[in-house]
Amino acid sequence: MQAETALGRVGLWFLVMLAAMAAALGAADSGFAAHAWIIAALGFVMIWVSASRFDPLGKARGFFKLPDGPSRYDDDPIRWGVIATMFWGLAGLLAGVFIAAQLAFPQLNFEPYLNFGRLRPLHTSAVIFAFGGNALLATSFYVVQRTCRTQLAFPNLARFVFWGYQLFIVLAATGYLLGITQSREYAEPEWYVDLWLTIVWVAYFVVFVGTLARRKEPHIYVANWFYLAFIVTVAMLHIVNNLAMPVSLLGTKSYSAFAGVQDALTQWWYGHNAVGFFLTAGFLAMMYYFVPKQAERPVYSYRLSIIHFWSLIFLYIWAGPHHLHYTALPDWAQTLGMVFSIMLWMPSWGGMINGLMTLNGAWDKVRTDPIIRMMVMALAFYGMSTFEGPMLSIKSVNSLSHYTDWTIGHVHSGALGWNGMITFACVYFLVPRLWKRERMYSLRMINWHFWLATIGIVFYAASMWVAGIMQGLMWREYGPDGYLVWSFADSVAAMFPMYVMRAAGGLMYLGGALIMSYNIWMTLAGKQRVEAPLNDAAYDPEADRPIVNQPSAVPAE
Amino acid sequence: MTDPIVEETVKGHKRLERNITLLAIGTFVTVAIGGLVQITPLFYLDNTIEEVEGVRPYTPLEQAGRDIYIREGCYVCHSQMVRPFRDEVERYGHYSLAAESMYDHPFQWGSKRTGPDLARVGGRYSDEWHVQHLEDPQSVVPESVMPQYGFLKETELEIGDPEATMVALMRVGVPYTEEDLANAEADMLAQADPDRDPGDLAARYPKAQIRDFDGNPDKLTEMDALIAYLQMLGTLVDFDSAAPLEELAEEKGR
Repeated sequence: MQAETALGRVGLWFLVMLAAMAAALGAADSGFAAHAWIIAALGFVMIWVSASRFDPLGKARGFFKLPDGPSRYDDDPIRWGVIATMFWGLAGLLAGVFIAAQLAFPQLNFEPYLNFGRLRPLHTSAVIFAFGGNALLATSFYVVQRTCRTQLAFPNLARFVFWGYQLFIVLAATGYLLGITQSREYAEPEWYVDLWLTIVWVAYFVVFVGTLARRKEPHIYVANWFYLAFIVTVAMLHIVNNLAMPVSLLGTKSYSAFAGVQDALTQWWYGHNAVGFFLTAGFLAMMYYFVPKQAERPVYSYRLSIIHFWSLIFLYIWAGPHHLHYTALPDWAQTLGMVFSIMLWMPSWGGMINGLMTLNGAWDKVRTDPIIRMMVMALAFYGMSTFEGPMLSIKSVNSLSHYTDWTIGHVHSGALGWNGMITFACVYFLVPRLWKRERMYSLRMINWHFWLATIGIVFYAASMWVAGIMQGLMWREYGPDGYLVWSFADSVAAMFPMYVMRAAGGLMYLGGALIMSYNIWMTLAGKQRVEAPLNDAAYDPEADRPIVNQPSAVPAE
Repeated sequence: MTDPIVEETVKGHKRLERNITLLAIGTFVTVAIGGLVQITPLFYLDNTIEEVEGVRPYTPLEQAGRDIYIREGCYVCHSQMVRPFRDEVERYGHYSLAAESMYDHPFQWGSKRTGPDLARVGGRYSDEWHVQHLEDPQSVVPESVMPQYGFLKETELEIGDPEATMVALMRVGVPYTEEDLANAEADMLAQADPDRDPGDLAARYPKAQIRDFDGNPDKLTEMDALIAYLQMLGTLVDFDSAAPLEELAEEKGR
């Protein structure tokens, strides 16, 4: 790096540090001050990183390394993204197991910072936005380069997206423990963290669309439609749902722009589509690239992918009101939400069918290839939870299931079964390719991971079905004397064995992820376990390159 | 690929698949429709914006208690929305009206009942019960899995700038008056301190409960604020009077 650049960077980070320290000192509350100190510490670290990377010989190889040349894909942010996915995944699963145990054994609450109310958002954000979000960042950067046969546009901005997103995660997570929250489920971070995420997200959009615009293929592959829908829609949802009035520009607290019923529907319009676009459209994009790759078969139906893409994104956005059945939300809105939720069953299964049928002619791989087995199980859980979802959105079913643990079980069969399994499968696909290893350290261990995770989900979902239906029935049971049979406390006591089973299921799932981490660790260390061979998809590193030698064609638009 | 002859033959959906601008705009329009149709009417339909007699903005102390309720994530386990079912109405009280949360920025309807609904918890238990329950829930409800919140009783309420809080709320539509603003801090201190003169607090905030809530009149604690909030929940509308039913009968646009 040149001396001027290095000096400029140091100066920039110094200004960041000074500004953050000023904000910390002038802060209106201790939470805001804590967050400002985190930024100041980051600035301080970055001053030293920038200074130590000053290397007149140009040998700098560090976190911000740019790609070697145009003949290679820009894979550094993807490698970091894979590691971040695993790190946050373990953190989020551990938080989940801990809060599950808290519900069975309330003695595990340690006031004030480790009480259930503060840890639960930490768990949900860690698994959805930190684990899932990093998986989406990493795979989208991987897929968009491969399907466009070109490098990432704006490599510096791509690095900003990755690190900026990690800062968002750190601010959100520390905020929850400090009690900094908007109380909007899955959108808990306060106004200034939301603004930061907006900046990062716009940068993400620019990198992704910029890469698509410089593609060397005439056609935009279907996985990219889903990534695009995910990025665009999450931007819309995030901005509208987080409209708020801060009390002070140097304080954490803000008040939502909307109140009561309008606020409720805005939040669940967001909340349901965080599921629909973050956890569904984005992960379907992963499915559309990695399942055909691992199966070494083309996608089953092109026509089905068009139909289910447009119908999925159109219908999903209407389904929010099913979170507000029988509330003070007007009936017409509830019914509309229910009808669209039921219709949503079809495009959801369209995606599942397109994924599963891609295995036509390669079904034997379910037996021989543990990664394919994981993908098939992910799609099976996707199909199951997208059947269960419409069923729970029917008003009469919802009158029983709402407010109970059935909803929690439903969410986890989707999150652990679909999002978790497909992410694990993609990471198993990516690691040997990104670190130029022949294969994973152990394919057999992927199999162990598969079984631990599957049995863990079965424990989780089954205990929550029983718990939820039992709660719903106990709350509404009348005796022959015409009085309610159970007090609320009775229903809490009845949950105990179910909560223990759920925690056990979660622990098994976490165990699987630990085995995976060990497997990845050893792969990165360059080791291969001596074991009876299993099938894996072939990989030709020479073919995995951007197109550079053609006369540089300009895309049509 | 920019071959004009090839481009000629590209029709229908294939055009979207080759044009990132068209694809992005098409996607955005498709995903914008549902929210516009469902959410926009809620800002002008009678039964979502109607006012019901009794509903008023929170006092500064209640609002501070509400902020603590949000900070501690109470909404994670407690709903504030009674559904119109026989068992819920019998267990919790009259079903919730939209107007009852019209000054709730943000709403606290919740999504899960690990614990019971709190929409009408106000007045159900004594202040002493609340203090003991928050300090050690299992001592009053042995089956409970609720965490302990004893620190609230030790923590003095950070008064900060209650006027700024009210100004922020006014900017998003809560109708505090000039007088409310001017008295913000005095109101907050007086509501939980029997030795202070509350002035016209009770007139500006009808049904406001003025007393020491946490059993320690010497200190204004977070416990005071939280219990002040819990004790007013669901108490503002008088469901025994005929007025709300008349208003319900008159409403249009359902």
